[in-house]
Amino acid sequence: MGGTLLRMRNITKNFPGVLALDGVDFTLTRGEIHALMGENGAGKSTLIKVLTGAEAFESGEIYLEDSDTPVVNDSPQQAQGRGISTVYQEVNLCPNLTVAENLFVGRQPGRGGFVKWSEMNRRARAVMSGLGIDIDVEKPLEVYSVAIQQMVAIARAVDISAKVLILDEPTSSLDDNEVRKLFELMRKLRGQGMGIIFVTHFLEQVYAVCDKITVLRNGQFVGEYDVASLPRKELVSKMLGKAFDDLTSIRGEERGRVDRSGDPLISARKLGERGGIREFDLDVYPGEVVGLAGLLGSGRTELARAIYGADRPDSGTLTAKGRKLAHSPLDSMKAGMGFCPENRKEEGVIADLSVRENLILAEQTKRGAFRLMSRAEQDKLADEYIKILAIKTPSAETPIKQLSGGNQQKVIVARWLLTRPDFLILDEPTRGIDVGTKTEIQKLVVKLASEGVSVMFISSEIDEMLRTCDRMGIMRDMVKVGELADEELSSSSIMSKIAGGEGSE
Amino acid sequence: MDDKKSGFSPGSLWRSVKARFYGNNFLLLLTFVLFVAMYGVGMIVFQDAHFDRFQVFLNMLMSNSGLIVIAAGMTMVLITGGIDISVGSQVALYCMMLAYMMERQGVNCYVAIAVVMVTGVVFGFVQGWLVSYLKIQPFIVTLAGMFFARGMTAVITADTISINNADFLGMVNATIEFPFGGYYNKAGKYMAPFIHPNVILALIALAAVYIMLSRTRFGRNIYAIGGGEQSSMLMGLNVRRTKLIVYTLNGFLAAFGGFLFCLNTAAGYVEQAKGFEMQAIAASVIGGTLLTGGVGNAIGSLVGVLIQATIQSFITAIGTLSSWWTSIVIAALLCFFIVLQSVFSYIRSKRK
Repeated sequence: MGGTLLRMRNITKNFPGVLALDGVDFTLTRGEIHALMGENGAGKSTLIKVLTGAEAFESGEIYLEDSDTPVVNDSPQQAQGRGISTVYQEVNLCPNLTVAENLFVGRQPGRGGFVKWSEMNRRARAVMSGLGIDIDVEKPLEVYSVAIQQMVAIARAVDISAKVLILDEPTSSLDDNEVRKLFELMRKLRGQGMGIIFVTHFLEQVYAVCDKITVLRNGQFVGEYDVASLPRKELVSKMLGKAFDDLTSIRGEERGRVDRSGDPLISARKLGERGGIREFDLDVYPGEVVGLAGLLGSGRTELARAIYGADRPDSGTLTAKGRKLAHSPLDSMKAGMGFCPENRKEEGVIADLSVRENLILAEQTKRGAFRLMSRAEQDKLADEYIKILAIKTPSAETPIKQLSGGNQQKVIVARWLLTRPDFLILDEPTRGIDVGTKTEIQKLVVKLASEGVSVMFISSEIDEMLRTCDRMGIMRDMVKVGELADEELSSSSIMSKIAGGEGSE
Repeated sequence: MDDKKSGFSPGSLWRSVKARFYGNNFLLLLTFVLFVAMYGVGMIVFQDAHFDRFQVFLNMLMSNSGLIVIAAGMTMVLITGGIDISVGSQVALYCMMLAYMMERQGVNCYVAIAVVMVTGVVFGFVQGWLVSYLKIQPFIVTLAGMFFARGMTAVITADTISINNADFLGMVNATIEFPFGGYYNKAGKYMAPFIHPNVILALIALAAVYIMLSRTRFGRNIYAIGGGEQSSMLMGLNVRRTKLIVYTLNGFLAAFGGFLFCLNTAAGYVEQAKGFEMQAIAASVIGGTLLTGGVGNAIGSLVGVLIQATIQSFITAIGTLSSWWTSIVIAALLCFFIVLQSVFSYIRSKRK
C-alpha cells in the first residue's frame, strides 16, 4: 500500500492550567490500523478532538495525504468533508430509524424532497453486504446489538467517503464474539486502503489487530512503534512511564503480616455482570489492605462497584461476615461497607452543600430518613473529623465547592469513616490532588488497617499501592487475572501480570 | 435473511407481515383492531342507537374533524420529542377571531379565514423559535402560548358570538351525499349518508401530514431528531431549523383545525375547546406515538380520535351515565396503552 494519509506535527494544545498536548506527532499511512495508547490524561482524546475539529489547537500542523498545505478542521462536519470520520463508543445513530435510514440520514436518495425508499434500501443492502455484514436493513436499528449498531455507524462513515476512520474505544461494550466481528471488518477496510486510528485500553486487542502503536503520556509523544517489535511489557512501561529495568521493589516500611487464617470479612464467589466485569472470586480479611492494579478500563472500578452493589451483578454471591448480601448499596452500607467513588465531582461531592452536610450524608442515609441526626451531633462529628483528617476549611459550614480538590477528597473519605465501616473501598482517592495530601491519605489507609478496618485501595500509581497494600488483585480486560501477596509484590511482578501473555518472560 | 428470494409461502408471508408490523407498527395494528372490535360490539349492543348505520360513523368524523387535524399536528410535534399544549387555546382564539371579524367587523368570510391561517403560522413560528433557537422547554413555551391565546380570546370579547355570515354558513351546511349505504326512515323515505366538507378537508390535511412524515426527507429528519437530537446533529442535520419548521407547521395546522372546529360550532366564545390539546395528545398516544419522541404515525392519531369518539358515542347511547364517564374510560384506555407500550419495549430489550 504505502502512501501517507495523515501527518500531525508538533501539535500543542492548552487547557486552562494544563498542557494537554505538548508537541505531539502522529502519522497514519494507507492500509494501516494504528493504535493510540496512553493512560488517563495522556491526551488521546484531545488529539482526536483536535484532529476532528471538535477542539481548536494552538500550534502545529495537520497535513492530509501528500499535500504540503496544512489544514485546520473547524467542525466534525468539515473533517468529515475531508474524509475523516469518527465512530464513538456510544453509537451516534437513531435507534428508531431503520438501518437503511441511518446510513442515509441527511442524504436520502430521491427527488423533490421525497425519499425513494426502494432505492435507499437497495443501496443500503449493497453497502452492508460490501462490508460483509448480512443484516436486514429495513428493520429498525434498535433491534440489533450494540456491535451491529457500531458496524452500521462505521458503514455510514465509510460510505460518506472516509479515508481516515477513527474508532474511539469501540469495543468497551462488546463481547468477545462481537469484538472478533468488528476486527474482521477493520481488516477488510484496511485491505481497501483505509487508515484506521484505533483508541482502546485493551492490550490484547492492540496485539490482535493493530500494525502500529503511538504512545502518549501526560500530553507528550512517547514514540511510534511497530506492534511486532514492541513486547507487551515494554508497552505497559512506556504507558506508565517507567523503564522496566529501573524498577526495584519499593515496598514501604515492613508491617506485620495480615492474619489470613480466620474467616474472611468479605467474600465474593463467581460475582460477575454480563457486559461488565467477568466472574471473579475475592476474599478480604480483617485489617487487610487489598489493592487492585491494572490499566485504565481493565475493570478495577467495575470490580469495586460490583462488590458494593453500585452495579448490580447478575451472577454469583457476596457474603459479609457470613451474611449473604442483596447487591444493593444500602444493604452493603448496613453490612459495614463504605465506597468512595472514582469520580469525585459527579458521584461524590455535592458541590453546593456545606462541608458538614457532605460529611454526615452517608451516616444519615444509613440511619434512615426518620431518625434524623440532631444538629448538635452533626456539628460535633463534623468538627471531630475536620480535625482528624486536617481538612483545610474556613468552617464546617463552608460550601464544599470552595475547598481544594485534595480537601474535598478528604471530606469524602471522612464521610465514610464517620459510618465506622468494617470495609472501605477507595477508588482512586489520590487522583488529582497534591502530593502532600496523597501521602496523608496513604498514611490514613495504613492506620485504618492497623485498627482492624479492611480497605480496598485502587490507584493508577503502582508505587502508591506498593506502599499501602498487603495484597493486590491484578485486572486485565475486565478479568481478574491473578493475585499477588506480601513478598510477591513488586513493580515488575505487577507489570508482568498486567501485561499478561508473553509478559511473563 | 433472504425471504425476498424465496417464493410465496405462508411462512414467508407471515415473516414479512411480522417485519412490516414490527414493534410500534404492531401496536398501531392492535389499536386499529381494537377500534374495529369496539365498533363491532357497539353495532350489536347499541342497536337502538343505530350503530349499524353508516351515517353514525360519518357523524363521528364530522364532529371530530377539527380534532383529527390537531391530533395529526400534535403527533408530528411529539415525534420530535416536544409537545404543544397551546393548541386548545389556539382553537378558541381562531374561532373567536373568525366570529368577531365576520360578525362585528363585517370582514369577508374568506379574508377572515386567511387572516386566521396567517395568525396560526406566526403563532407557531414564535413558539418554534423559542423552543429551537433559545432552547426553552417546549412545555413551558407552549404553556405560555396556552395562557396567551386564551387571554387574547377574552380580550377580543367576553361575549358569545354566533356566526351568521352567509358564506360561512354555506360551508357549514354544505353536504356531500354518498350513493350507497343509506337507510329508510320511519316514513319510508330513503336517507342517503352524507358528510360536511370539513371531513374532506380534515382527511386531506391528515393525508398530507402522513405523506410528509413517511415519504419526505423533512419528515424522516423529524423522526431522526426524535430518535436522538445529538446524533442527528452529528449526522449533519439542521436540528434547529427542522424543529422551527415543525412548530410553525403545527401552528398552521392548529389554525386549520380551529377553522374546521368552527365549522361545527359556528360560534366564538372564551371557554371553547377547553382541554382540546389533551384530547389530541390522548389520541396520539392511543395511536402509538411515544411521548419520548421518535415513534408515531399520523394514521395512528386518526384511529386514536375515532376510538375516543366511539367511547363518547357509547356513553351517549347508554344514556343513563354522566357524560364525564367518557373521560374515565379514556383514562383507563390510556393506561392500557401506555402499559402495553412499555411491555413491548421491555420485551424488545429483553430479546436483545
